[in-house]
Amino acid sequence: MTPALELRGIDKSFGPVQVLHDVSLSAYPGEVTALVGDNGAGKSTLVKCVGGIHSIDSGEYFFDGKAVQIGSPRDAADLGIEIVYQDLALCDNLDIVQNMFLGREHKRGIVLDEDTMEEMAARTLESLSVRTVKSIRQLVASLSGGQRQTVAIAKAVLWNSKVVILDEPTAALGVAQTAQVLELVRRLADQGLAVVLISHNMNDVFAVSDRIATLYLGRMAAQVKTSDVTHAQVVELITSGRSGDLGLTNGVTV
Amino acid sequence: MTATITPKPVQESPSITANARGYVERVRGGDMGALPAVFGLVVLCTVFAILRPAFLSSGNFANLLTQGAAVTVIAMGLVFVLLLGEIDLSAGFASGVCAAILAIMLSSQGLPWYVAVGAAILAGVVIGTTIGSIVAKLGIPSFVVTLAAFLAFQGLVLLLVKGGTIIAIRDETILSISNKNLPPTLGWILLAVGVVAYAGLQLTRARKRASRGLTSDPISLIAVRVGALALLGGLAVYFLNIERSRNAAVVSLAGVPLVVPVIVVLLLILTFLLRRTAYGRHLYAVGGNAEAARRAGINVDRMKISAFVICSSMAAIGGIIAASRASSVDPNTGGSNVLLYAVGAAVIGGTSLFGGKGRVLDAILGGAVVAVIENGMGLMGYSSGVKYMVTGSVLLLAAMVDALSRKRAAATGLR
Repeated sequence: MTPALELRGIDKSFGPVQVLHDVSLSAYPGEVTALVGDNGAGKSTLVKCVGGIHSIDSGEYFFDGKAVQIGSPRDAADLGIEIVYQDLALCDNLDIVQNMFLGREHKRGIVLDEDTMEEMAARTLESLSVRTVKSIRQLVASLSGGQRQTVAIAKAVLWNSKVVILDEPTAALGVAQTAQVLELVRRLADQGLAVVLISHNMNDVFAVSDRIATLYLGRMAAQVKTSDVTHAQVVELITSGRSGDLGLTNGVTV
Repeated sequence: MTATITPKPVQESPSITANARGYVERVRGGDMGALPAVFGLVVLCTVFAILRPAFLSSGNFANLLTQGAAVTVIAMGLVFVLLLGEIDLSAGFASGVCAAILAIMLSSQGLPWYVAVGAAILAGVVIGTTIGSIVAKLGIPSFVVTLAAFLAFQGLVLLLVKGGTIIAIRDETILSISNKNLPPTLGWILLAVGVVAYAGLQLTRARKRASRGLTSDPISLIAVRVGALALLGGLAVYFLNIERSRNAAVVSLAGVPLVVPVIVVLLLILTFLLRRTAYGRHLYAVGGNAEAARRAGINVDRMKISAFVICSSMAAIGGIIAASRASSVDPNTGGSNVLLYAVGAAVIGGTSLFGGKGRVLDAILGGAVVAVIENGMGLMGYSSGVKYMVTGSVLLLAAMVDALSRKRAAATGLR
């Protein structure tokens, strides 16, 4: 199977500090790839490189098997890569539909085509089996944390995106809401999207992911199938970069 | 707007009672909207009408409208800047500068009125672009930038009118804006056209949404809205069409003042811009969460500059109306209390000082409150000192309502 998104040998430095060393990552359609690592391992930098916010110093970037150049967030969005950032980037004073179409409104002439947007938003939420919101015309300010996360995710999949990257979607949520969001994450993958899930929570990772990619001090320690590893092994990979045969030897990828 | 259960393909239209209940819930949750302004307007008018019956005369009503027009128009422009959470303290004297340019063009240069009006509005655009660019590109707080502009424009008006002379305006067209009325029949015709167009728009919209299976406003609610518009508009036109000249044989003074349709047209254009175009949507987004707007690909700097341009252009139009009413321009045009009344009007109407919330209609309602206080207290024979103090208190009250409703909204999760 061709990965929807594949990175090979990515290097990235900020001035004298090299943050990413020779990082490779693959995300397959229909699968949830968990990206884990300790604080400062380079997860966010890697995601920003994928999203076009940071340029990469060297390395190759493949989308659907074809080499591509990503120069700006627009390029990534045009390919069908959507990133849901930790701080959800929603406007409290706008309603759900308005937020989902923000910056990409449908228009007839110069007039906003509210009806079409409302229909499309309703259909997207329906396809994600989101039934928790009362009305899609309610202000985002009135939503709970889980509902906001749902809207942010729905906003990302509205555009026939192929790769969705979620940056710690459950970090600020309660137990029930976390379960809802994880269910949604699983459903995205089941619909054929390639999902990359950044998380600190091992339970979440083992609950939904098909593969686990572990970053350790800016290097990819291992990318393994979730079914092949145990909880303890992943923790070891995160904290020391290696676990038995897996991981880095002397700080270099095997 | 309307409350329904899950987004299903076919939805029932909520009944009028459900709409009303939703509205009450929103108000309780802290989303007061224009309610305080409407309430204040009713209370003030009742009090003044009881204390001074002359307040309710047709002549005073027309006078009140032309009195408050300039401030209201400036406030309508200020709404755009306030929506972004910024402020424009220079709007008052910007209107003075534009009025002075108009007067010089008309009197000294003898140019036709449309050239002078064009030049005045162009001056507003230039002022707005300059202030907006400094705020957006250099990141200086708008409070400081426009405070500096406030002082500078005060000086510029003085320089333009040559140190304190008064430039008289004699151009008929300009003078008619604040001093002439619509023929009584035309007033009725325009009102009828307006009501029919409003009803037609609402009905087609509701029918189109219903046919696509989306929630739509019930016919009864539309009927109430159209009825209210027809009733209030009808009362106003009837009242203003009463002869208010002491000697009707010499000069007839009846009809809707010309500034009213001018303000209505501006209201329609600006409301369309805010509510129905992507530009307006983006303006609200930047006011609500600038970072989210930036990530959505909206050019935040350009939105800021454009808001200041609209604000200063509206100030220019306000200046033209003020010049027309005074039949002259002097160093104090747009000065003294004009700016503070305009900011007060916008805030009293329900525009939030914190950004992201407000309507152009709010500015008109707030402008009406300010004009009623000014006019009513004048009739009661109070001095300017008392008027200022009362207006100041009302502004503070409005800002308190804004802050408190925000707090309450945060508590109930409605913002």
